[in-house]
Amino acid sequence: MEDYEELKYDVLVIGAGAAGMRAAVAASDEGAKVCLVSKSLLGKAHTVMAEGGAAAALGNADSKDNWKVHFRDTIKGGKKLNNWRMAQIHAQQAPERIMELERWGAVFDRTKDGKINQRNFGGHRYPRLAHVGDRTGLEIIRTVQDKVIHQENIDILMECTVTKIFAENNQAIGALAYYRNNGKLVVIEAKAIIVSTGGIGKSYRITSNSWEYTGDGHALAYLTGADLQDMEFIQFHPTGMVWPPSVKGTLVTEGVRGEGGILLNNKNERFMFNYIPEAFAAETAKSEKEANDWLNGVEGAMRPPELLTRDVVAKAIMKEVEAGRGSPHGGVFLDIANRRDADYIKKKLPSMYHQFKELGDLDITKEPMEVGPTVHYMMGGIRVDPETSSSTIEGMYSAGESAAGLHGANRLGGNSLSDLLVFGNIAGYSAANFAAKCEDLTIHKSAIEGAIEETLKSFDNDNTEDPYKMHAELQDIMEKHVGIVREEKSLEEGIQKLKNMEKRLEKLKTTGGREYNPCWHLCLDLKNMVITSLAVAEAAKERRESRGGHTRLDYPEYDEILGNLNIIIRKGPEGINVIKSDKDKMPDDLSDYVAKEAV
Amino acid sequence: MKRKIIIQRGEDPDFFMHEFEIEGGPGMVVLDAIHQIQAEQAPDLAVRWNCKAGKCGSCSAEVNGMPKLMCMARLSDYDNGEPIVVKPMKTFPIIKDLVTDVSWNYEVNKKILPYQHPDTDDPRMLQEDVDRVQEFRKCIECFLCQDVCHVLRDSDMKDEYIGPRFLVRNAMLEMHPLDQGNRLQDLKDRDGIGLCNITKGCTEVCPEHITITDNAIIPMKERIVDEYYDPLVWIWRKITGKSN
Repeated sequence: MEDYEELKYDVLVIGAGAAGMRAAVAASDEGAKVCLVSKSLLGKAHTVMAEGGAAAALGNADSKDNWKVHFRDTIKGGKKLNNWRMAQIHAQQAPERIMELERWGAVFDRTKDGKINQRNFGGHRYPRLAHVGDRTGLEIIRTVQDKVIHQENIDILMECTVTKIFAENNQAIGALAYYRNNGKLVVIEAKAIIVSTGGIGKSYRITSNSWEYTGDGHALAYLTGADLQDMEFIQFHPTGMVWPPSVKGTLVTEGVRGEGGILLNNKNERFMFNYIPEAFAAETAKSEKEANDWLNGVEGAMRPPELLTRDVVAKAIMKEVEAGRGSPHGGVFLDIANRRDADYIKKKLPSMYHQFKELGDLDITKEPMEVGPTVHYMMGGIRVDPETSSSTIEGMYSAGESAAGLHGANRLGGNSLSDLLVFGNIAGYSAANFAAKCEDLTIHKSAIEGAIEETLKSFDNDNTEDPYKMHAELQDIMEKHVGIVREEKSLEEGIQKLKNMEKRLEKLKTTGGREYNPCWHLCLDLKNMVITSLAVAEAAKERRESRGGHTRLDYPEYDEILGNLNIIIRKGPEGINVIKSDKDKMPDDLSDYVAKEAV
Repeated sequence: MKRKIIIQRGEDPDFFMHEFEIEGGPGMVVLDAIHQIQAEQAPDLAVRWNCKAGKCGSCSAEVNGMPKLMCMARLSDYDNGEPIVVKPMKTFPIIKDLVTDVSWNYEVNKKILPYQHPDTDDPRMLQEDVDRVQEFRKCIECFLCQDVCHVLRDSDMKDEYIGPRFLVRNAMLEMHPLDQGNRLQDLKDRDGIGLCNITKGCTEVCPEHITITDNAIIPMKERIVDEYYDPLVWIWRKITGKSN
């Protein structure tokens, strides 16, 4: 039998982005002994790529802002499919989590009177995003990282990947992982487990996501029997780079539009004026003049249509391109050059300036960018209790992108970074307190042996499937059948293809040895990608309406009944079970906030 | 268009140069070429990367002898007729192929006194006072500056010297308008700031364009001189017996 290292902790945190690290800090503050497992080096997780900012109603840039308006914006942006209690907790606690970062050494951009500055962003009524130029994610991950490494009782395993969560009688009790550098295995026993593994974007070809985003946490949790929720809702960010091909999908921050950038088609028309939805008409500028008033800071001016929510802008761009009004490389134009002077652009959007200069041979202070939709964020994930972040499996928690609920059918920009901090903290606190009253558990030897066998299966000599080819095939299926617009027949075809692929998983072949072998890692990641892709496709088929990030050609309108339901994906004996679950009704006082123009 | 890429492969002590031919395309970067090679020719070729957008600092290597992020190194910047040679960073032990063991950096970071917040409920900082701190906080920890620094690269003095990355980190903390800590003694005695002889190679390779030597290291050296080697201060202390 294969050798493995054995470790024992109170709390195991899987994933070391800002959610996982914030959870680790909270758990250790509660006195738990914590193991933090990071798939990459510390500080490289996807949080580092967040650009625009973290949404929190501090009211520094506009004193009219408060948690109720933030709550209202989040629910409107999520097309009312959000878990209302999560949205409330998030809006109420985000300011304290941001202030806390400052106490830990973060240095946000400042207002004139020396407070944390806040910028405009899509769907937010007031300037609300605490930011550092266009590298806010780096600031946040580095700050939390510095906190984590100086914290008592946290051990960090870098470049270590979990391949199995062990559960017995519906309770999570530990995990199996491998070390990337030498391929050795480790079994980690834990009384509580926090899943904070981020998203699933690598199942698509055109994505802003990094290699790590293979749906690990979603799949690991699903396989223990945990409920997944809202898996049909994937956010296509409206502005990814489209040229050159090697950077297609790379993110262009919404901050460009927040700082005044506008979208143009090849007729030089500011087309977003033609795509203002009813629900946002009252607070969106209808003409260039009105929109320019906003840019010039006129009190009470209405927001430009470029700052409508991401689902609306992404679909508008797609329609312009389809109608033959796109840019030369199949996107539209994003112009900041004619809106702000060069020094301002370089100061506020430095990494966008460098990104286009160095990768696209384009000076954004002189010319418009070409942009188009790119897979960016998973609204769906592990179903959690809003008060504790507990999943439907005892002792298993989830926070950040791998958890569902806060964002509903569409996430507002800036609500992700604050989500990580608010619910990372809650998950860490809950997990530590659960662990404190949990009895010692032991993982059965036979379960460990089974998991090890599966982890090493791709080394079998008679295997034949090339993981790189299968990955490309998976991306083709998802782009074609489960893309930005969907339809019943194509979804069914896609599901059939994915089911066929699922059967081929056990034939995946690793070439080479156990030491730092990306071929082996991809074989393991692919299993998670196929499981989550199937969950996405099944949920997308079941939701026969269009809402937020989920658009059905055959059902283009909202459906009132479906608007009060979440689609749940649960593992059954024969594969995926698709279940409809009633949403909790929002209390009347909160409903009133949502109905108001601005609170 | 066909391009030749030569990659250093293997694990200590068995290294070899492996030549590949790839199909180049518009805008392609070295990391794209590596991925193409993995998918088509060498499935187990080890490379560390994450964001492929110059933001995470994972894919550091030496391209034609220059420390670079592979995701920001355009093939079109290199002569068509010549092969492109890619090697791992020299300063750190090799794990496999292009992947090095950079864990020493994380150990160094742990020893630096972290940010010390003052006792206040209303912390205020002006933008002009945080501009230079924000320059240092742009660091993406690619460790290219550590790779090029001759004190670490050629003399391998990792026990005596923390390298430019962590001198920048110290400078960031020392220049933070609210920080209450003092790291000068550590910088002088433990961290070996005196070993930097201002060659400025670190500044040249920094993908974030941080002016490492001029803005971070030299001001820290000056503060140490003021604190520990100013003759007037020395005489004053002798006479008064006060430390400050």
